Amino acid sequence: MSSPILQLNDVQTHFPVESGFLFRHQTGTVKAVDGITLSVQRGEVLGLVGESGCGKSTLARTIMQLVPTTAGTVLLEGRNLTAASAAELLVARRDLQMIFQDPFASLNPRLTVYATLAEPLLVHRVVPPEQVRARVVALAEKVGLSSQVLEKYPHEFSGGQRQRIAIARALALEPKVIIADEPVSALDVSIQAQILNLLAQLCREMNLTLIFIAHDLSVVKHISDRIAVMYLGKIVELGPATDVIERPRHPYTQALVSAIPQLDPDLQRSKPRLVLAGDPPSPLQPPTGCAFHPRCPHVQAECRTTNPLLQVAGPQRNVACLRLNEI
Amino acid sequence: MPLLEVTDLRTSFHTRNGVYRAVDGVSFTLAKGETLGLVGESGSGKSVTCYSLMGLVPQPPGRIESGTAMFDGTDLLHCSPAQARTIRGKRIAMIFQDPMTSLNPYLRIADQLIEPLLIHEKISRSEALARGLAMLEAVGINDAAQRLQAYPHEFSGGMRQRVMIAMALITRPEILIADEPTTALDVTVQAQILELIKKLQQEFQMAVIFVTHDLGVVSGLCDRVQVMYAGRIVETADTRTLFRAPRHPYTQALQRSIPSLQPKGRDLYTIPGLPPDLSEFNPGCAFASRCAAVTDRCHPTAPDLLAVSPTQATACLRVQAHEI
Repeated sequence: MSSPILQLNDVQTHFPVESGFLFRHQTGTVKAVDGITLSVQRGEVLGLVGESGCGKSTLARTIMQLVPTTAGTVLLEGRNLTAASAAELLVARRDLQMIFQDPFASLNPRLTVYATLAEPLLVHRVVPPEQVRARVVALAEKVGLSSQVLEKYPHEFSGGQRQRIAIARALALEPKVIIADEPVSALDVSIQAQILNLLAQLCREMNLTLIFIAHDLSVVKHISDRIAVMYLGKIVELGPATDVIERPRHPYTQALVSAIPQLDPDLQRSKPRLVLAGDPPSPLQPPTGCAFHPRCPHVQAECRTTNPLLQVAGPQRNVACLRLNEI
Repeated sequence: MPLLEVTDLRTSFHTRNGVYRAVDGVSFTLAKGETLGLVGESGSGKSVTCYSLMGLVPQPPGRIESGTAMFDGTDLLHCSPAQARTIRGKRIAMIFQDPMTSLNPYLRIADQLIEPLLIHEKISRSEALARGLAMLEAVGINDAAQRLQAYPHEFSGGMRQRVMIAMALITRPEILIADEPTTALDVTVQAQILELIKKLQQEFQMAVIFVTHDLGVVSGLCDRVQVMYAGRIVETADTRTLFRAPRHPYTQALQRSIPSLQPKGRDLYTIPGLPPDLSEFNPGCAFASRCAAVTDRCHPTAPDLLAVSPTQATACLRVQAHEI
């Protein structure tokens, strides 16, 4: 196997929790990302799923180095981003771009589409100034926007079109890796399909590596080659997309898959549903042992004390569950 | 006789930029104990339909232009405020999308929970509290007695939605209007809340209008589904027929654009174009500009919602003419 384009080694991102008014002191730690090791191959689409608060967005921001890493390393083509200087990071970000969830908040309302798309080109001096216009027009066309809209402002666009602008902005520097944090969650079904198609097509054409974050499993399954399932800062299951959805091994993944509403009314009503009790735990007071044990239908005494590691469960398949071979 | 009969409801918003016809001639009935799904994308008018029934449309800029909504001999759209108060919150209750913002952060759960009882029933505070406690237990909140004294911020999203449901059902309403109650929740919690609504509905024998943009949620919960587009109902059928044999091109397209049904690696089916601008008057079918089966006849006249089989009605000229 060729060397991965992105390699995470035991990455941890912790946030201090402070309280007190006059004498602020740290009263706790939120381990938003708690020891993630992961490698992403060139041209691969990796889906990252999990419920709110599981740390998937923090992981995205950690890879982008938008939040300081507590421990571990993030290697982009062998370059260690966690130890990089600001100047080195600026260079590295040409290869690493991000698309955010809310296209209403992620675009500057005071910049025209042209200014939004030209900015990265000018900052990174990708092309001589006289060629910027032509590049911007080409970018807009690539994401399905006509060159007539370039002088408009974000508020004149619908959500789907704004997300196209955000995608064009991420593509401006011809990055090698794109991290898309819930890019279709704010969109209607019919618009969502358009944006998913666009992302898939761009990945094929430009040989992009994409980390696709979402909470909707059917969307993730459609676009991803591999899926990583996160629970409370850790990866609990990792494997080929179809495999993970159709044959989930970790009890949490099984519950997630079972919770996907089926379109077929008969199937929906007949299939046994695995409804989890309780809410996702608070990251402020994580459960001891396996973080999933308070909600797990297969819990044993051992699960309450021992923290399961991600172990090999088949070809390209990793699962973090103590009872993996029993259930 | 249906429990609720809505006829030709039209609600529009008069703004500086023109008149937006959010709901444009909606008629439907709801039977006792029935679960009706109201499905559509953003801006299709599904929420405004419910807000109109509950008298929650801000006027101005909103205006209910025409229509009636008969509930037990009373027209909800034209009755006096005093009459409305005896129905709204007692016999018809509503839960909202965002459990984070629809509870009052300054009030303890107990006070919010029993408020409808104190308003609508002659009952002492201690009796009301006892019923509040029972209701909180019925929606699956542990340590209900202690949780009564908590404030909303001490609850998680799923728990808040349970409190909202308890609050809505405490007066034993005949109709529950649920406006995207699970959209803001995680999938595993969504599954819990859907099970809860299903269980309570059977227990209380109430009718439910379930508003959602998620067809998957509808398929497991509803008896009948209405699909809305641009302020109108374009198709209505029993759930199985709607999913097995949708007739309206929009319903068909909507189902085809859902990822779970499509083979991996191939492009998803997409509906070309964008939903219409509701401030522009359109005499024809609102979906015509995006429709794959469009003909010249579709532009001048808007189709009525007509029965195409005993259990299915479709607002499409070509379906009604047996062409598609």
